[in-house]
Amino acid sequence: MKNRWEIAIGILGFLMLAVAHYIGLFVSPAEAMMGDVGRILYAHVPTAWVGLLTYLVAFIAAIGALLSGKAAWDALVEASVEVGLLLNAVLLIQGSLWAKPTWGVFWTWDPRLTTTAIMVVAFGVVLALRRQIDDPQRRLTISSVATIVAFVNVPIVYMSVKWWRTLHQNFSSPETVDPMMVIPLRLAAFGMLFISTAFVVRRWRIAMAGLRVDFEAPDLPAAPTPLKVED
Amino acid sequence: MKTLLNVLHKDMLIEWAARSRTVALLSFAYTILLLFAFAIGPDAGALRLHAGAYMWLGLLLTSTLLLERSMRIEVEAGALSKLLLIPIDPAGLFYGKAIANTLQLLLVGAFSVPLIFVICDATLTENIGWLGLTLILGSAGLAAPGTLYAAMTARLSGSQLLLPLMLFPLVVPVIVAAVKATSLVMLGDPMDQIGAWLTLLACFNLIYWSLCGILFGRVIEA
Amino acid sequence: MARVDLEVAAHERLLIIGPNGCGKTTLLNVLSTLLRPSAGSVSYPGLAKNPRKDIGLMGHDIGIYEDLSAADNLRVFARMSDIDPAPIRALLATVGLEAGDQAVAKYSAGMRRRLALAALLQAQPALALLDEPFAQMDPGGIAGVSKAIKALPGAVIIASHQVQHAAPLATRAILMDCGQIRWTGRADQAEAAWRALHHERGEL
Repeated sequence: MKNRWEIAIGILGFLMLAVAHYIGLFVSPAEAMMGDVGRILYAHVPTAWVGLLTYLVAFIAAIGALLSGKAAWDALVEASVEVGLLLNAVLLIQGSLWAKPTWGVFWTWDPRLTTTAIMVVAFGVVLALRRQIDDPQRRLTISSVATIVAFVNVPIVYMSVKWWRTLHQNFSSPETVDPMMVIPLRLAAFGMLFISTAFVVRRWRIAMAGLRVDFEAPDLPAAPTPLKVED
Repeated sequence: MKTLLNVLHKDMLIEWAARSRTVALLSFAYTILLLFAFAIGPDAGALRLHAGAYMWLGLLLTSTLLLERSMRIEVEAGALSKLLLIPIDPAGLFYGKAIANTLQLLLVGAFSVPLIFVICDATLTENIGWLGLTLILGSAGLAAPGTLYAAMTARLSGSQLLLPLMLFPLVVPVIVAAVKATSLVMLGDPMDQIGAWLTLLACFNLIYWSLCGILFGRVIEA
Repeated sequence: MARVDLEVAAHERLLIIGPNGCGKTTLLNVLSTLLRPSAGSVSYPGLAKNPRKDIGLMGHDIGIYEDLSAADNLRVFARMSDIDPAPIRALLATVGLEAGDQAVAKYSAGMRRRLALAALLQAQPALALLDEPFAQMDPGGIAGVSKAIKALPGAVIIASHQVQHAAPLATRAILMDCGQIRWTGRADQAEAAWRALHHERGEL
């Protein structure tokens, strides 16, 4: 098992996450306004950070793919969009779970929550497009363009939803963070980062195995026997 | 620039030649607006309050048909390959088509506005110029990414589903800002917020008219 | 498509024959620069630095706007390629079409191909690539298309199943099978080559 460093990093990530959640659940003080419910913070915030980071990787990979036309970048687009979507979905579930006890509803039109919901569709479409296109170069181009546009859209959606809400009423909950809460948060964030890196790398290897066949020119068959034609 | 005008001229020529389809498109927009009224009404107050939302949702739903068609005419009989062999300047092709689509969306919008005022009993509190500006910026905001996405999905089997699926999440800011601005024009704007929403629309347009222009060349070559 | 090694001289008339799915259309698309080969290269020593300008393609999709009339189609493409749009009526007459208001969508398959050839005559490409120019055509259409192909100025490559109609227009012919060139020879021997392939496959 050469070159399988991502497994080691993944395991390390899981361990860090476990320790972080132990500290977060049993050692750190409860969040001032939300009580024990607020402890979901240690899972939620790292998911959000790393999820956005994964989309950033997809964005950079898409630019790389467009400029180079190489299978390696294309595989990274596929891998990072897929892992980003997974984190994105987890984030949405966590957000709703948190919203219910805190705000009394599963869903509120909070800018972050709304943007997250829109990101699921915007990046999900990238994968749908990839399934639709057989020609490898076309698939690379179209899915890279969709990834770039989807990523550029994230801050714009966020801004517009924020204005949409705040020009109506203010719904911000100021968060003052105890230093004892910072340690598990940081630990969980890096744990999540390592796990996601492991996922992306693993997924990238799988994608490469498939794409390499698509991108490489097949071996030339033996020269044909000339056809005998009578005059 | 010359390519842009040529493409714009060509698209207008085609729309004129196929004007029966444009009439069908306008009828579609009308039907949607009527359906909104049936779904919400006959509470006149609710209709008046949400008139801006109905107008933009009607325009958005119509836009996917319009945008899909604008790219289908290029690929259905291989005209795009011919343009590529001219060889055409891709930026000129994009801006020509995007402007043509904006103009057609404006046409749909201009037809929708009177109907909205009639069936929703909408009022006009602020200057009607703001409504015109909102329509222009909103249509342009739908047309730029819409033209790019239509080109991306034109040759795929599920293009009629994929195009709205890609476009709708992208144009959330356009819908939010355009509906808000339209509602403010209709219901009154005591806190001077129209400017902020129009600025958001303008920024969206600035970003996507440049970004899509850059990416379009790669998409049509693929 | 696998292995193709081919040279075409200026003003040469080349016929490509071969069974369905043998790579004729793919080869034409690669030659037109619209499709990039995954390996190997195509060079156009006789053409301009950007060879696209000098290449004309009439594929299965003939490259027109369905909603416009024949004359409007030619006018649009002339305007886009900076060509004098004046002789459109004469061009259409050459291929046996009238300059009416009728939309191309209502044209028959033969009329559409003749219009596509008129567009090629208008563009005067140094290299014209024609994919199945005789498909779905009545005898009158075949005569009209043959006349138009003869009038093309540059090199012409025709991929066609209708050997009996296409061979008289060409000087040289190649036979493709499974993405490879199996035979190269004089165009008037094309029919014999076609029979030899069938014989080899045990179909005749």
